[in-house]
Amino acid sequence: MNEALEILFTASFWVAAIRIASPLIFATMGELICERAGVLNLGIEGIMVAGAFSGWFTVYMGGDLWTGVFVAALTGAMFGLLHGFLTVPLGLSQHVTGIGITLLASSLTYFTYRILLPEVSSPPKIEPFQPFAVPVLSDIPVLGPALFNQTPLTYLAYFTVAAVAFVFYRTPVGVAVRAVGENPSAVEAQGISVTAVRIGAVMVGSALMAIGGAFLTMSAFNSFFFEMINGRGWIAIALVVFGSWRPGKALIGAILFAAFDAYQVRLQQITGGVIPYQIFLMMPFVLSIVALVVVARRATYPKALMIPYQKGER
Amino acid sequence: MTNSTTSSRTHLLKRRQVLAGAAAGAAALSMPGFIGRARAEGPLKVAAIYTVPVEQQWVSRIHKAANAAVARGDIEYVFSENTSNNDYERVMREYSEAGHDLIIGEVFAVEDAARQVAADYPETAYLMGSSFLPKDDAPNFAVFDNYIQDASYLSGIIAGAMTKSNNMGMVGGFPIPEVNRLMHAFMAGVKETAPDTKFQVAFIGSWFDPPKAKETAFAQIDGGADILYAERFGVSDAAKEKGVLAIGNVIDTQSDYPDTVVASALWHFEPTLDHAIAMVKAGTFKAENYGVYSFMKEGGCSLAPLGTFEGKVPEAAMKLVAEREAAIKDGSFVVEINDEEPKSN
Repeated sequence: MNEALEILFTASFWVAAIRIASPLIFATMGELICERAGVLNLGIEGIMVAGAFSGWFTVYMGGDLWTGVFVAALTGAMFGLLHGFLTVPLGLSQHVTGIGITLLASSLTYFTYRILLPEVSSPPKIEPFQPFAVPVLSDIPVLGPALFNQTPLTYLAYFTVAAVAFVFYRTPVGVAVRAVGENPSAVEAQGISVTAVRIGAVMVGSALMAIGGAFLTMSAFNSFFFEMINGRGWIAIALVVFGSWRPGKALIGAILFAAFDAYQVRLQQITGGVIPYQIFLMMPFVLSIVALVVVARRATYPKALMIPYQKGER
Repeated sequence: MTNSTTSSRTHLLKRRQVLAGAAAGAAALSMPGFIGRARAEGPLKVAAIYTVPVEQQWVSRIHKAANAAVARGDIEYVFSENTSNNDYERVMREYSEAGHDLIIGEVFAVEDAARQVAADYPETAYLMGSSFLPKDDAPNFAVFDNYIQDASYLSGIIAGAMTKSNNMGMVGGFPIPEVNRLMHAFMAGVKETAPDTKFQVAFIGSWFDPPKAKETAFAQIDGGADILYAERFGVSDAAKEKGVLAIGNVIDTQSDYPDTVVASALWHFEPTLDHAIAMVKAGTFKAENYGVYSFMKEGGCSLAPLGTFEGKVPEAAMKLVAEREAAIKDGSFVVEINDEEPKSN
């Protein structure tokens, strides 16, 4: 029992938790931006696959790591544009379109992968982002290495949360994005195009999702696997609800989920096979559901979420 | 050009077969358990259906053997990779309809559907990776699996000689028989040279989530493991980053991890496939368990050369490996096949 508690005080556990959380933070922020603008984006899972591949492939072809991140973001934004076009001006079902985007993006990615790499005998590798210890800060016991001995992409994830929060609550753009998700007619009355704001938000959100995918191939690992996103996009959707559509709370949710995950793999080792491994694998999800039940009851979701806006319609 | 000639010939053959159907059918019925279609000449038409891309370790071995058979001129080979389990039955039917002689693949998650397809196309031979045994009511459905426990056992002997902490980590995808038996064989090998070893066993519930496999391996290294049994992609990467050793499985990845991967248990699919090709050509293909063709004495598995670790593994251990390898090959030593889910101890 003591052993199980001691894990929580080791630096390596928290390092793992933050590392596991990083792709989720990007994806969650991306989904959060889309939903705050009133557009549910179920294309997330596929967009992450596309981002994971395009970023990785750019580097594989000799590109710089940051160029890879940029290409991933661009790929995500393109799928975001497609999703936005279908759901905003055309007002199609956001559920159906989103699932369609996921299927399209993941299949297209695989197709592209095979066209570009027809004859590989083992998955090709790149030189990924390496951890960078922030001077002074990384010397703080336990939390120092956990937060400040990560790869630059993780630092970008922190920055993203801060940037999203700042833009949302401190800038006119943020007000417009939040308003199209609450009361689009009011925004239109101000002379701002609801369509433009929503599509823009979906594109930015999708770009972040793609960077989340790219984290897996360019930081957590060094090669691309078709099924490696493995449901992380769906988790991000739950985390947005958990975070009540607020960046700070969503960040905490992502870290909490990742900590459960890091904890379960360590716990699996010390219980000596008494408890079936499936219980451990289930743990982060069960705890998330419990947390969701507790938190989501009080959640105030964006009023215009999933409601297409038709100009002039009452 | 060659292709079209061959295919038109196949069509002719088929038409003739239909004409001779009544006679041939009677002959086939008189030999229960066989597919009564002897093929005298020309390469066999072989189709493969894989649920993952062909560069993934398990399937890469099958693909390699098939390409070798193509190079020899024994078969014509087409394949579908990354076929989801939902689509598996459909693709199987398409290849069956197209008149392929032998269809290979992996039906671990679609056993019932695959066996139904086989029942619907009694003239086609199916050789499928499966956790179950062949059944008499499906005479054209043979099964294989990577029974490379012999090689895994030998790699365990080496691992046992290399560990200092007597603590090893094993990360698997799912505890299905092919994974379990290799882990058990590895552990049995370790016990020959390091009897008091602690094993940390974890499953990640996914075949292709290397970041997760890597995280799990990190956790095992935190838990004191100094050798990792790399059943999944991602494990050797964790070992490399933390400066511990790894033992490979199915494929040889030492060139990617020269200072990490000590030894690997390799799977060779060639004996399995070549036997199936011979049987189909002779018209004697039947519902056998081809698992034995992955055994070491059939050449179905081997221990990869030590390579960069040449001279770094204790002499005594290598001597034991050589002894046991000889004993396995002459049948005087049998590595136990244990399909139970392995547990941490």
